[in-house]
Amino acid sequence: MQLVGRPVPRKEGRDKVTGQARYVDDLHFPEMLYGATVRSPAARGRILKISFEGAHIPWDEFVVVTARDIPGENAVALILLDQPYLADQFVNHPEEPVLLLAHADKYLLEEARRNVRIEIEELPAVFTLEESLEKKEIIWGEDNTFKSYRVEKGDVDEVWKTAAHVVEGEYHTGAQEQLYIENNGIIAVAGPDDGVTVWGSMQCPYYVHKALLKLFNLPEDKVRVVQVETGGGFGGKEEYPSMIAGHAALLAWKAGRPVKIVYDRAEDMAATTKRHPSRTRHRTAVSADGQLLGMEIEFVVDGGAYATLSAVVLSRGTIHAAGPYFCPNVRIRAHAVATNAPPHGAFRGFGAPQSIFALERHFDKVAKTVGLSPEEFRRRNFIQEGQTTATNQVIREKVDLAGILDRAFELTDYHAKQKQFMESNKHSRRKKGIGFASFMHGAGFTGSGEKYLESVVGMEATAEGRVLVLAASTEIGQGTNTIFAQIAAEALGLDYDSIEVAKPDTGNVPNSGPTVASRTTMIVGKLVESAALGLKQTLTNSGLLSENYSAEDFRAACRSYIEQHGALKSFSKYTAPPGINWDDERYEGDAYGAYAWAVYVAEVTVDTVTYEARVDDFVAVQEVGRVIHPVMASGQIEGGVAQGIGYTLFENVVWRDGRMINNQMTNYIIPTAADIPPIRVFFEENPYAYGPGGAKGIGELPMDGPAPAILNAIEHATGISINHIPLMPEALMEVLGGERG
Amino acid sequence: MAEPTSKTEINCTVNGEAVRLNAHPMARLLDVLREELRLTGTKEGCGEGECGACSVLIDGVLVNSCLVPVLQAEGTEIKTIEGVASGEQLHAVQEAFIACGGAQCGICTPGMVIAAVNLLERTPEPTEADIRNGLAGNLCRCTGYMKIFEAVVRACQNQGNDNFKSEI
Repeated sequence: MQLVGRPVPRKEGRDKVTGQARYVDDLHFPEMLYGATVRSPAARGRILKISFEGAHIPWDEFVVVTARDIPGENAVALILLDQPYLADQFVNHPEEPVLLLAHADKYLLEEARRNVRIEIEELPAVFTLEESLEKKEIIWGEDNTFKSYRVEKGDVDEVWKTAAHVVEGEYHTGAQEQLYIENNGIIAVAGPDDGVTVWGSMQCPYYVHKALLKLFNLPEDKVRVVQVETGGGFGGKEEYPSMIAGHAALLAWKAGRPVKIVYDRAEDMAATTKRHPSRTRHRTAVSADGQLLGMEIEFVVDGGAYATLSAVVLSRGTIHAAGPYFCPNVRIRAHAVATNAPPHGAFRGFGAPQSIFALERHFDKVAKTVGLSPEEFRRRNFIQEGQTTATNQVIREKVDLAGILDRAFELTDYHAKQKQFMESNKHSRRKKGIGFASFMHGAGFTGSGEKYLESVVGMEATAEGRVLVLAASTEIGQGTNTIFAQIAAEALGLDYDSIEVAKPDTGNVPNSGPTVASRTTMIVGKLVESAALGLKQTLTNSGLLSENYSAEDFRAACRSYIEQHGALKSFSKYTAPPGINWDDERYEGDAYGAYAWAVYVAEVTVDTVTYEARVDDFVAVQEVGRVIHPVMASGQIEGGVAQGIGYTLFENVVWRDGRMINNQMTNYIIPTAADIPPIRVFFEENPYAYGPGGAKGIGELPMDGPAPAILNAIEHATGISINHIPLMPEALMEVLGGERG
Repeated sequence: MAEPTSKTEINCTVNGEAVRLNAHPMARLLDVLREELRLTGTKEGCGEGECGACSVLIDGVLVNSCLVPVLQAEGTEIKTIEGVASGEQLHAVQEAFIACGGAQCGICTPGMVIAAVNLLERTPEPTEADIRNGLAGNLCRCTGYMKIFEAVVRACQNQGNDNFKSEI
């Protein structure tokens, strides 16, 4: 039976709707203590003194851990080793962990946490990317710069003299909180004899594994990391679990008892990562007939206090900055800079939503300057098969953005609405508008990333003919378990129900890489497919299975094989598709194995009395290769679009001296059921030769389009160009009020 | 500090069973359900009544259990997610959440299911606006709500309310 393309029931669906699914905070270990983190009250400074106050606190009952207690290296291993687990002499951001406490009574623990006083001699700090670029104070390395990239294509310096139009613009995006509904949490058991084991909410078990090895200076087999049911990640549980797992393990190591650390919402929002704020500057040269001649782009992201993942966030943002257009001459200069805020990190889209926002706003401005409609200007410049991207990657797949645009416009009645709104707006305080964005999103790790990862997937069959997928890729709501089971079942010609997906446990599954970068279906799913084919081949080669077989034949073959040879396992390791080449030095070549292509259309109403902007309708049309599970695929798009609407109009991180001060769901607002417009999702299917069943990546794509589509629609509604997000009513009041004099 | 107030006995019904609780009167109902009764299906998302992950029914009224002192449970009937299915037989709302993709990461799902069950009890034939308003106190970060709305419509139809005409 054909399984790819069918909406089979989610593997863990029943457990989730009945409340039986066990998340980390639902687990209780005998003798378990609770752990808490005492954090820096200052943005930057020297730690002078730590005192334990509160005469009513029985301090001798507490387990206390400081940097001095760390058995291995005091650094969260990721890309660089600049971020400590516990600040030792200096702090570099508010909420930086300084000291850990554990106690069996979690209420007393909280009371104790509030009574630890950290005295800091404050040093001058840097709070914005502008201050960091100006080197107001050097707070990291020699020049506050975590990473810079330079992309050069053609000769952009030559185009300005002859271009009919040169258009400049500057665009800003704010931070965004992932706001998974389950906070970060870990339980650790640790000791010198058995090593360290942690259970928790996370996207990347092997990232945590690598970090704990270094923290405890232990051999690989003495650290075990187990993912439990995870209540959302969106990138927010990519790198941070390494920190909280280390903390729980340090406490458990010293206490000799299991320790659970689960953040409350206020701590999770204030202390953990967010989307990088950004600034993008564009200078674009266009011919009289609207052909792109040259693009000069400067892209800067605020990385916060430590390097963490900023270099790779910057990379994805840089590569997506010139969009799905052909331009012969491009220069992109990109920088990730330090500020004294908690490190910004992975969040769905990973730099691309920032640079795509800038580009798609800018192109509406360019179109206006040239005297073309936003649509026509883009149509004249959409990248075609055989043309090159900004990094000189030749697009070898069929790409039809004009066709996607046509379909999106037909589905929204775009042209008729454009005219109709212009007419009705004359007589109404509620101004309606329609706008769109066209964009692409690369799937998998950037550049040589997948080659370095060398991901592995295993598969094991039992004597009963049941098949177990062995991978470290996590189910975080997006459907990993279901998709892997579909792919394996299809490749083996078995029922969906006969496939199980092993719980990600570094003691039991190979490293299939992190669950990030829209790579799980396309990259890891392909390995699942080849491991399944390998398993089948093992049985056919040993003469136990013929070409056409039933489930019963398969069972019999597995049984015979295991009797004769022992365990029946198959492993598959990543190899790059042919013709993929990337030059890290020149930042040139095939940045991604495949791209998803999309056009999103937003219809908005701006109330010129209350200054509210509302999205009334949203259409998302995309080509993501083959759709493996239509319900989950549209669920990914709808969820991403809702987060994108939040990013644009609702979600405002308010900073004071490097600290998020609205770190509550009461005053950091995400869209509710009452706020979200109908989100209508459509797929164009164009199978990708190197994806499982023809699939490409999908998870991050829907984060890229909403912000520019909505602000383009707001410009259509009001005639006013706004180039920053989030766009809160206060900001709208300012610009609309100003306009009316 | 450890024992600021003494514990008190509270009698109530949870998922149809009479229970006698011994708890601090101001303990959050959420904590008592999760820690004393080990009913961990009810989740904590924010601890301040914004997200609805801790939704339960008290005498048929939808509440955020993180805001309810357990003292208020005295003499009431409480229903949690563990009491929604009848044995192995899932409630129509639960079936529909599976079929429509209403649950992704699943952490908001228990509260969302409770809210949807309550909505259909109060309003057997909800309009689109009824559904949106009825679920507006339950935040979901994964789905964008579309599939949750579809699930409520499907549950409504599967419960025999074919009059549902609204297009979502």
